[in-house]
Amino acid sequence: MDKVYGAYLCTGCGIGDVLDVDGLKGAASETGIEMKEHDCLCGAAGRAFIEQDIADNGVNTVVVCACSPRVMQEEFNFGESTITVRGNLREHVAWTVAEPAEGEEASEETDEFIQEMGEDYVRMAVTRAQKTEMPEPYQMETLHREILVMGGGIAGLTAAGEAAKAGYKVTIVEKEAVLGGKALGWRKMFPTSYPYNALEEPNIEQMVAEVQANANITVRTGAEVARVAGAPGAFNVTIKEAGVASEWDAPAKVTVDEQEKIDKGELEDPNAGMIKYTELNPDGQMFGAVVLATGWKPADVSEFEHLGYGQVQNVVTNAEFERLAKQGKVPAKVAFVLSPGAKESDKDFPFCNSVTSMVALKQANYVVEDNPETGQAFILYQHMRTPGNAELFYKGMQAKDGVFMTKAAVTKVEANGSGLAVTAEDSLLGEDLVIDVDMVVLAAGMEPTTAEEPMINLAYRQGPAFLDLDLFDGYADSHFICFPYETRRTGVYTCGGVRKAETMEETMDDATGAALKAIQCIESANRGVSVHPRSGDQTYPDFFMSRCTQCKRCTEECPFGALDDDEKGTPLPNPTRCRRCGTCMGACPERIINFADYSIDMIGSMVKAIEVPDDDEDKLRIAVFVCENDAYPALDMSGMHRNKMNTLVRFIPVRCLGSVNMVWIKDAMSSGMDGALLLGCKYGDDYQCHFVKGSEIATKRMENIGETLGSLGLEPERCGVREIAISDYDKVPAIIDEFVEEIIEMGPNPFKGF
Amino acid sequence: MSNTAGNGAVLVVGGGISGLTAALEAAEVGNDVFVIDKNPYFGGRVAQLNQYFPKLCPPTCGLEINFKRLKDNRKIRSYSMTTVKSVSGGPGNFTVELETAPRFVNSNCTACGDCAAACTDEIDDPFNFGMRKIKAAYLPHEMAFPRRFVLAKDACSDECLAAVKASCKYNAIDTEMQTETFTLQVSSIIWSTGWNPYEAEKIDNLKFNSSPAIITNMMMERLAADNGPTAGKILRPGDDKEPESFAFVQCAGSRDENHMEHCSYICCMATFKQISYIREQYPEAKIYVFYIDLRTPGKYESFREKFTADENTTFIKGKVADIIAEGDGGVTVVAEDTLSAKKIQQKVDMCVLATGMKPAMEQGEQLGLTVDGNGFIVSEPEKGMISAGCAKAAVDVYSSGQSSTAAALKAIQIGR
Repeated sequence: MDKVYGAYLCTGCGIGDVLDVDGLKGAASETGIEMKEHDCLCGAAGRAFIEQDIADNGVNTVVVCACSPRVMQEEFNFGESTITVRGNLREHVAWTVAEPAEGEEASEETDEFIQEMGEDYVRMAVTRAQKTEMPEPYQMETLHREILVMGGGIAGLTAAGEAAKAGYKVTIVEKEAVLGGKALGWRKMFPTSYPYNALEEPNIEQMVAEVQANANITVRTGAEVARVAGAPGAFNVTIKEAGVASEWDAPAKVTVDEQEKIDKGELEDPNAGMIKYTELNPDGQMFGAVVLATGWKPADVSEFEHLGYGQVQNVVTNAEFERLAKQGKVPAKVAFVLSPGAKESDKDFPFCNSVTSMVALKQANYVVEDNPETGQAFILYQHMRTPGNAELFYKGMQAKDGVFMTKAAVTKVEANGSGLAVTAEDSLLGEDLVIDVDMVVLAAGMEPTTAEEPMINLAYRQGPAFLDLDLFDGYADSHFICFPYETRRTGVYTCGGVRKAETMEETMDDATGAALKAIQCIESANRGVSVHPRSGDQTYPDFFMSRCTQCKRCTEECPFGALDDDEKGTPLPNPTRCRRCGTCMGACPERIINFADYSIDMIGSMVKAIEVPDDDEDKLRIAVFVCENDAYPALDMSGMHRNKMNTLVRFIPVRCLGSVNMVWIKDAMSSGMDGALLLGCKYGDDYQCHFVKGSEIATKRMENIGETLGSLGLEPERCGVREIAISDYDKVPAIIDEFVEEIIEMGPNPFKGF
Repeated sequence: MSNTAGNGAVLVVGGGISGLTAALEAAEVGNDVFVIDKNPYFGGRVAQLNQYFPKLCPPTCGLEINFKRLKDNRKIRSYSMTTVKSVSGGPGNFTVELETAPRFVNSNCTACGDCAAACTDEIDDPFNFGMRKIKAAYLPHEMAFPRRFVLAKDACSDECLAAVKASCKYNAIDTEMQTETFTLQVSSIIWSTGWNPYEAEKIDNLKFNSSPAIITNMMMERLAADNGPTAGKILRPGDDKEPESFAFVQCAGSRDENHMEHCSYICCMATFKQISYIREQYPEAKIYVFYIDLRTPGKYESFREKFTADENTTFIKGKVADIIAEGDGGVTVVAEDTLSAKKIQQKVDMCVLATGMKPAMEQGEQLGLTVDGNGFIVSEPEKGMISAGCAKAAVDVYSSGQSSTAAALKAIQIGR
């Protein structure tokens, strides 16, 4: 596209009162683009003013120097063939000017510090417009729409059935000989409708029958997924007989160091006999997206020796008891133990959730139901977990004859004649209890299959498993409270027991949601756009491979495992796995990774567009790279609060701190700027970075560049990173002031003017 | 996209975290979506929360992403201050009549704030549960989307209205704005109407209105929020005392057949979260939690553990019988400790009622919905009426995300 520029300055909302309009226009014309002004660009007349230029002069690249790009998007959208670039003169400049102190008149003269800020933002906006390109979405050669569902239990059956109802073909892969999973062994289901007092007949057989009868669903039982290669829209999947090793099994991740040892013969190759991960199986099946629903297994309870599991007869887990109950073998007197911690801890068993409280209630019902005269169920809990409507079921069970419940610390389970004696303390009954029962049922948790095995078996450079699941005790869960379906492997969504210990009802909701995400990912791949969080983004990273030095930083650092590599280490991009955060772009020392509307050159040029006075010690300049997801809105809201902002800093929005390439910092320092600051999201175990690793990686890079500066004789503290939450809008001015003060103390960049 | 978007269009009623999620997930598949909210802004209940448990992160962080997704997606149209008046037709061809209340500020608004500066009359701030006064021309909160002011016209004198009107350089104040009705044709409807805090004044023994020292947990969220009435400082309403002791009364209105039968799911975790707010500001304050069960299952257990270890926090298993307002501004909480069978009278400076979730939809049946005995909307995808989030059952934000993503698929199936 041959760009025809039009630059427009809004003087409304205080911009024209604070800034000298001619000066701003002058800053634009330095770059060869004349800027026109209007007193309300976002209004009908203002937009008509721009549209007129588009119609008359063929303007197709519009620079709007007005309010924040976070507002008035619709107003400044001039159609798909026109690029709009925004310069933020309102929230970042006009609204950050200190109100005159009480009794003082507002100065008539334009503050030169403020004016310089405004002119720099105009220069940066115009530069951005010059460097940006119209994105062309990535189009796959062939899009595959079929969905792979791994696991044929409740979660998998639901995901398959719901996706099929929306018109998608599905293949279910189940390692057992039959579909149905654990639910086949359940005697009853929890109540699912008001008044939530009656257990329901399991509908698992009906679900299985429906899936088997569905022409859109292919069922592969006794089968496993050896590996999932490829990318959303074109996953290449090898399905094999369950339990049999295959040369197509997913290779384990081998680090660079390990590979060296393997090459020297010092380490056994874990992937010996396996086909390299980058190779696609010509006999593989093609899928668009994957739902992982491989469920859970009963968690081990033998560590709690005082409860006697494995030592004392008739101490069983809840899963074992359910099987007995299904066979009608329910003893008359049964104790249910919900918390294993005796007097030391009131926690539930490991891998528990409210579902295990509810299972105890359900099973207590079997006891009294099957033994109408003699049945006695004792539920010993620390905290009865029946949230939401489950409370009504609990209430109903409390009223049942033969069901006894108390808060209690169970300290011992031992054999007592032909039965068992359960000792409990600290009960609501005020005294220590010894209950004689026929059987003790331990409310064991549900350990996800992902806790020990990769399960998803990806043939990816970063290895076959989801990363960092230890954050969730091995569950394949999301770390985003707002976005429960987020995973670090695009196009792969998890549900059911692999995500958390869920009831059947929760599982069905969860699996339906996962099916939606799978469909959405396929349709996004079809349109060539990104999925969450940059949903709809048409850009994707472009690699200028001939200059690649095979340093592998991009492939290592991508939080989503989007990049594979060849034998030499040259990256093999998978655009449909990519989330467009730009972490690869930030990683690349050769600066060969760029997006159409976001590039090393663009941001570098914007940094260089900032004017650095080289003869004025009061006019230091600090480049601040700002995460556009959280820190940037915080700065906007600081402006809305009319907080005074330091006039020596210049904000440059970035997709994620992970995309900040250290060359920009060098650009800033070598153009004589006095410091560089990164504002991004919290990192660590409770990370808030929407791209998981971006702010963490950026912090490491900044530490390294600090050392580089040190070797040049510059203070490493001139480059910093600060964590900013979106709600820190009233705190951010002081955080910036503090950083600037430190720079002022260090004095100007000694290389200024060189 | 017209108002008769045709096949597969989805109407989402309620634009809190559940409704936004359902709307975005459906639109990002490619369906046309209309999302409405009765408030002048989207974001719903979570916009009022200071932090989410257990990460203690700001809810506005996720809202920002969702608003960005919404602004970038031409498949979605949003209508604030809008409610459903009637629904006719069936799955695949619903006709929905809607009504938009007058905002008295039109789309010329740039959110510059000149009207608020000129406005002389004040209202109780609804976003902050009336804990402060704000100008009658106001932006509901910092993250309000759409970012457009609202004029509470009825609260203004003629002089005030004239001043507000004159202050706007952009001709955005329209005091003659009328209620508008319009019709949409859609294939399915997602009801994500959310919840209101249970009315604390209905719980006689907790004496909500007897002392300003008794607040609800939602009020506590606002007190702890930087953009709240006290700029984030937890102070006792009424006299702004820095409290030295707090009581939390769990299950205020929940798990109680006189009020709401269900457990409200989040209040235990919300209390632990609020203990973290208190600890940040008052490391030494004494905290007493009166509970029936501590419902922090699964991944929430480790969050609870952090605070049960706190030596200045006492957990008492027992329902609160009475709260007595004291002359010094504090209150005495009366309860029986069921473990020791002792009666407890605990004097505290401030008392937080962990009020539960009451389904917000009140006219469900008139609109053709099936409503259960506790007021929750029964999801009936076969009828094209799908409920999601806390309109369907009391759940946390995370589960709301799951249920509303699921609702999006149920809705999409109908158009196909």
